[in-house]
Amino acid sequence: MDLHYTQATETPHERAAVDAVLGPADSTWSTGDRRAETESHSAHAGHAARSQRDRLLPALHAVARRIGWISEGALNYISRRLTIPPAEAYGVASFYALFAFEPRPKTVVHVCEDLACKAVGSDALIAELERTAGPGEPQCGGASMWLRSPCLGLCERAPAGLLTVAGDEPHDEPLEFVTALRVAAALEGKRDFGFAPTQPPQHGDPSLRLLRRVGTVDPASLDAYRAAGGFRALRRAFDIGALGVLREMTASKLMGRGGAAFPTGRKWEAVAREPERPHFIVCNADESEPGTFKDRIIMESDPFALIEAMTIAALAATCDFGYIYIRGEYPLATRRIEHALEAARAHGMLGDDIMGRGLRFDIELRRGAGAYICGEETSLFNSLEGYRGEPRNKPPFPVQKGLFRKPTIVNNVETLINVPDIVLHGGDAYAAIGVADSTGTKLFCVCGNVAKPGVYEVAFGATLRELIELAGGVAAGHRVQAVLLGGAAGAFATPDELDAPLTFAGMRAIKATLGSGVIMVFDETVDLEAMLVRIAAFFRDESCGQCVPCRVGTVRQQELLARLAARRLHGSPDEERSLLAEIGQVMRDASICGLGQTASSAVESALAKLNLFSSAVPVDERTPV
Amino acid sequence: MSVSDPGFARQVTLQIDERSIDVPEGSTILEACRALAVDTPTLCYLENLTPVNACRVCVVELEGSRTLVPACSRKVEGGMKIKTDSERVRTSRKMVLEFLGSSVDVSLVSDFSRQMQRYGSNPKRYGDAAKPALAGTRDGAVAGHHHASDGQTASTVAQPVKIDNELYVRDYSKCILCYKCVEACGTDAQNTFAIAVAGRGFDARISTEFAVELPDSACVYCGNCIGVCPTGALMFSSEYEMRDAGTWDENKQVSADTICSYCGVGCTLTVHAQDNKIVKVTSPADQDVTHGHLCIKGRFGWQFVQQRDPSVLDGLANGPVVLDDVEVPAPA
Ligand SMILES: Cc1cc2nc3c(=O)[nH]c(=O)nc-3n(C[C@H](O)[C@H](O)[C@H](O)COP(=O)(O)O)c2cc1C
Ligand code: SF4
Ligand code: SF4
Ligand code: SF4
Ligand code: FES
Ligand code: FES
Repeated sequence: MDLHYTQATETPHERAAVDAVLGPADSTWSTGDRRAETESHSAHAGHAARSQRDRLLPALHAVARRIGWISEGALNYISRRLTIPPAEAYGVASFYALFAFEPRPKTVVHVCEDLACKAVGSDALIAELERTAGPGEPQCGGASMWLRSPCLGLCERAPAGLLTVAGDEPHDEPLEFVTALRVAAALEGKRDFGFAPTQPPQHGDPSLRLLRRVGTVDPASLDAYRAAGGFRALRRAFDIGALGVLREMTASKLMGRGGAAFPTGRKWEAVAREPERPHFIVCNADESEPGTFKDRIIMESDPFALIEAMTIAALAATCDFGYIYIRGEYPLATRRIEHALEAARAHGMLGDDIMGRGLRFDIELRRGAGAYICGEETSLFNSLEGYRGEPRNKPPFPVQKGLFRKPTIVNNVETLINVPDIVLHGGDAYAAIGVADSTGTKLFCVCGNVAKPGVYEVAFGATLRELIELAGGVAAGHRVQAVLLGGAAGAFATPDELDAPLTFAGMRAIKATLGSGVIMVFDETVDLEAMLVRIAAFFRDESCGQCVPCRVGTVRQQELLARLAARRLHGSPDEERSLLAEIGQVMRDASICGLGQTASSAVESALAKLNLFSSAVPVDERTPV
Repeated sequence: MSVSDPGFARQVTLQIDERSIDVPEGSTILEACRALAVDTPTLCYLENLTPVNACRVCVVELEGSRTLVPACSRKVEGGMKIKTDSERVRTSRKMVLEFLGSSVDVSLVSDFSRQMQRYGSNPKRYGDAAKPALAGTRDGAVAGHHHASDGQTASTVAQPVKIDNELYVRDYSKCILCYKCVEACGTDAQNTFAIAVAGRGFDARISTEFAVELPDSACVYCGNCIGVCPTGALMFSSEYEMRDAGTWDENKQVSADTICSYCGVGCTLTVHAQDNKIVKVTSPADQDVTHGHLCIKGRFGWQFVQQRDPSVLDGLANGPVVLDDVEVPAPA
């Protein structure tokens, strides 16, 4: 490919950052030594470089972490090294919220402005930051800055933040219970605010299965994991073989926990059957649905379980390689997984001859960069491959043409950590837990206005009320106003619906969804209209922009909700509401992917079930003030 | 027997609006609709490009499918039952047209107003258009950080026209983001990759790297992006200037085909002229050699021919013209 580059060149710092992930450039053709002034077309860098396209995101991260932003010269250097047209590289890079293309301060405090944090008063925090620390918008300078962020997946420690410091030794840390003082301290250079995973609220409960090691077993020690029973399931998997594993998985009736509730055994069998090679397994750890934090807690506190589960999947479906795609805002989980991968390799639990049983398999960790849509499986593939995170058309499905267009298993973190127990104790024993259509235990992210927010594990069949009580209920003197189930893409339940069982069927009956397991409780002090406005703004920000119904529909929905909330309508209330319904219908019916198809669901359920925006009248019918 | 051989292709039977039709295996629903003369609007679809199915104006209702499906890219399967005029289809098409009509300048999109009328679209429902963006604002939009609107005006993609070279202009206020130009500049034709989609959501836009001006980009001025653009967002400077001056008049234009003589490839050029002046050059999309795509010489060489020897136009009314081999200067 004959590519053209602008004259901008990289600084030595930028080059060092890129070389640290891509290795030193081996030919002057691709180093950028051949400058634009003399010859602006670079020669063929050959197939080896082209097939490295999937290194684009890691290379962009490297520059962003070292410099704080990505300059034209840095982008040119990356494009040259990887033989990517610079316009395409820019198109990819500018897709992500965590990358900046104008000089940005090295210290950035991201402050969550999303639902669970709002429920506990982050609006006041943000207003104070606006007064004291700048507007929180991308276009501001200085030595440090704060920025608004969508849900950071720390909802049980709301209000939440994330500190990122670029430099030769980059530093990232989650911030819990954020106050304006904490933000100010971070902006002034304080580090190490002491974020540490804590024991889950149900700690010590002997019925815990998925959470039993969380907060109990040292997540940094492979020996500790082994001593707690780790890798016994993998040994059994070797004993019963691929077909045995597939049989147990199917018998377990495990359904995917990432939102779509697809039977996991069927997915694995489909990939196992595909003659085309190689096969991949991808762990979807992009967890960005507002209100969701369960996968983070697992990865921070039980990373080896994920590795064991993925290795079992590799054995069952002959996957040659695995990836964990983790959202870019999870620094601690990222470090813990990285450490666990290294330890597993060092102990022969990953590599050329796992456990001496002849299995060759390894896993690579890849970081997202601020894009909710990259949790959608085909968008995740595109992102990982170095393309824009736009969902692909289905069919073909991932089991046929997934990552790198090869047969691919993609599973959620929680789905996967169910696997070791299924293999160890058998699929039938697993299926005996829970209820007929929803087997096993389920993690719920209970957050918002409850006494003890956190991740809870219960067998399927528990009711919504039981979960809320488990989490200590709403504060004394307060009552439940509404519950958001499944996150921004989910639906509301009313106080009358609290006895609904949290099963796939039970949720259908109240026109809701389990989604990613979010139970966000709002007491009567919460302004639900403001929550809907925020949900609409979230989808407007997170739409990939590929298809018209969602690209424009999410904007029109946000605008309309802003009008309803401000009680300044364009037409009669009925006209505005039927317009909102039509916007919802085209998004649901004609959007390419699940984002657009569900972008109106919480809004519609709120309007149907909760008495909101009741006194909204058209602008010209209001009494003049 | 080869399946790809149209003479032997297996036939698939499906139902469209309760009418049965046989089409060759591998056809799209759109092709089946067209075979039945079902009037199906399309925007991002073009015969000579890979379907991106992004606009969703062509959606139809497929029995058994939770969502509507895009006719332009969904392949037919035996036994499919399709509705092209159901309430769901009509609503989706109405809304897609309305969304575009309220956020983009669609004044030059052919057939758009007829389709809006057909489906009862009313772009005015969203209020008056918001103020156009200042130059560069949309190019600098940061993913995930929109300025929340109060909803009193309707957000649009309006922005100043980009004029940075002599050959063509880019008026992204007219861009519906159909991806056609990106495909034409990329693997579908030109393999230059000068432009791509940048940004995200409503801020997504067609852009060069860092939104640099075209002369700094990889663009080689083949004009293939102009050739496929359905909205007039990409326009020959000649046409843009005449429209600006109010002199563009398609009723007064004549066109004729000729073979480009710049090289030996033998591309067919369609030369369009008004008032005895060449105003643009295109190539037929169904032409075997070009598939509608040309290079800078065929596309823009006439400007230099015309300057040097206006008499080349004399033949236009009577048949083919010959464009001599002239040196085409690099565009500034
Ligand atoms: C907009 C969108 C975002 C998604 N985000 C996630 C996510 O963060 N994590 C996840 O596991 N699945 C997510 N999904 C679902 C995935 O597409 C996919 O169904 C899932 O990863 C499959 O794994 P499972 O079968 O184990 O549930 C998302 C889907 C959509 C449409
Ligand atoms: S529905 Fe939204 S997120 Fe999904 S492809 Fe369309 S624009 Fe992108
Ligand atoms: S003129 Fe040709 S090279 Fe330039 S952007 Fe258009 S298609 Fe690409
Ligand atoms: S410029 Fe034209 S061809 Fe390109 S995306 Fe916009 S409307 Fe489509
Ligand atoms: S971290 Fe704020 S809503 Fe999740
Ligand atoms: S024409 Fe089919 S989706 Fe655009």
